[in-house]
Amino acid sequence: MSNNYLDIIRPGINTTFQDKGRDHLYHIGIPFSGAMDNRNYLIANKLVNNNLDSAVIEFAYQGPHIKYSGEKINCAITGDVIFSIKKKDTEIEGKCYESYEIENGDEINIISTNKSVYGYLALGGEFDLKFQWNSCSVNTKANIGSNDGKKLDVGQRINLKKINSNKDIKKTNYINTKIENIRVIKGTNFDYFSGEGKKIFYEKEFTVSKFSDRMGMRLEGHKIDNIVNTNIKSEGLIKGVIQVPADGNPIIMLSDHGTIGGYPKIGVVASVDYDRLVQMSPGSKIKFKEINLSDAETLFKLYEMETQNLLSQI
Amino acid sequence: MIKNISNLGDAALYCDFGNEVNKSINSQVIKYFKTIKEKKYKGINNLTPSYNKLIISYDLKKTNFKEVKNYIENINAEDSIDVNSKRLEIPVCCHGNFSIDIKRLEEILKLSREKILENFLNKEYFCYMTGFIAGMPFLGDLDENLRAQRLETPRVKVPKGSVALTEQFANIYTFESPGGWNILGNTPLDVFDSSKEDKPNLINPGDTVVFKEITLDQYINYNEQ
Repeated sequence: MSNNYLDIIRPGINTTFQDKGRDHLYHIGIPFSGAMDNRNYLIANKLVNNNLDSAVIEFAYQGPHIKYSGEKINCAITGDVIFSIKKKDTEIEGKCYESYEIENGDEINIISTNKSVYGYLALGGEFDLKFQWNSCSVNTKANIGSNDGKKLDVGQRINLKKINSNKDIKKTNYINTKIENIRVIKGTNFDYFSGEGKKIFYEKEFTVSKFSDRMGMRLEGHKIDNIVNTNIKSEGLIKGVIQVPADGNPIIMLSDHGTIGGYPKIGVVASVDYDRLVQMSPGSKIKFKEINLSDAETLFKLYEMETQNLLSQI
Repeated sequence: MIKNISNLGDAALYCDFGNEVNKSINSQVIKYFKTIKEKKYKGINNLTPSYNKLIISYDLKKTNFKEVKNYIENINAEDSIDVNSKRLEIPVCCHGNFSIDIKRLEEILKLSREKILENFLNKEYFCYMTGFIAGMPFLGDLDENLRAQRLETPRVKVPKGSVALTEQFANIYTFESPGGWNILGNTPLDVFDSSKEDKPNLINPGDTVVFKEITLDQYINYNEQ
């Protein structure tokens, strides 16, 4: 048995282990999964001197309350998150993007994300987790990944099999920027929609529905009229695809999406905006802006350079 | 042959093989899928074959649309690998407890239960694709007399193992999931097993499937044999 472990006092609403995700499995029906907000996932690992592809604890809205037992270890939280760290005699208000040393008996209480959805808790070491297809990312729908493919549960104990010897405290000044528009590339069924429907898609503000999760984000507020066929022959999907079913309300495919779908695709979210898209909480307003493929590729390159830059400064 | 290649967003190729759904077009899709999968081109991280399309996703950090398109256009899928497929018999129990939508099917199809089962069982179906949920096979084509639309309001929970019909296709729910297909029976067989990382899917694109009826007793005892 491990001498270093976490006890889950309160699991939070949707708390799972995630890493870089798994690929080469769409053809058998298994989605990518992995951390929803990839940039914040990477930063969390870097702040605690982990390999960048290590597993972290991802939470949505309300996070977990955990108690740590064992030798000293670093922890860090990324995202826009309200949390506290309770030590023997004091309780400190935690700051995101800073690592903290915790010791035997300390508690981390992640109260909630602030006007965003996902946050990440990384510990400087390695959780003792089961890998499936080279990833421990949990897909709760197919029960794939570590923790029997399930969310964290109250009373659970999670062992660490390794603690990093590098315990340098790290810090970065990263701020999660909000963007005005979510940029999209025209979908393969764009012409299934009426002129008015296309106009609504680019000009109106949609509201993120509460029926959104790691599989998909449902939008409401304006209906997009289909003039050709509300079904297509089922075909492959990727994350970021915006499908419009018969009721006219768009649905954006997210990291745990079904791999095949039969609704027309009006657009696809540009990769550059995916991390920020997933952080839009229910009630947020979304406005789409069309960009072309070559601009999308350039913008992603810049975003990726910025991520690498951020990481190298930590 | 691929009729047209376009982009699906900035990180996937959309290869269009035509609009019809038939075995010959689908076999082309599967041939391309298997060839590309073998070759492991840098940056390609997923392939999704379906009836008549192949989606090729790639890591935008490693490659881009132009490179992957150029690569795919110069691939010779025709003389590459044989479509290595198998024939499988799937036991299905159509006892009243399992054929949840039999009444609905009788009404829509204007056929008796016996006639529906006779038209469905012991026929060869081709697996066009797997997916939506892990391991779910899309099998076709059903007899002309068996073609029914999806439920208007999908069920929140379809039981694991359900064998269900829609339009010219049959499928198997590999685990409990939401779904709107017409449920005709249930198989005790594990069609998806995530503990078998090499081969989690029992049925793969290109395979042939025949449904064989079993009784409720055989169903109950199936996994104890």
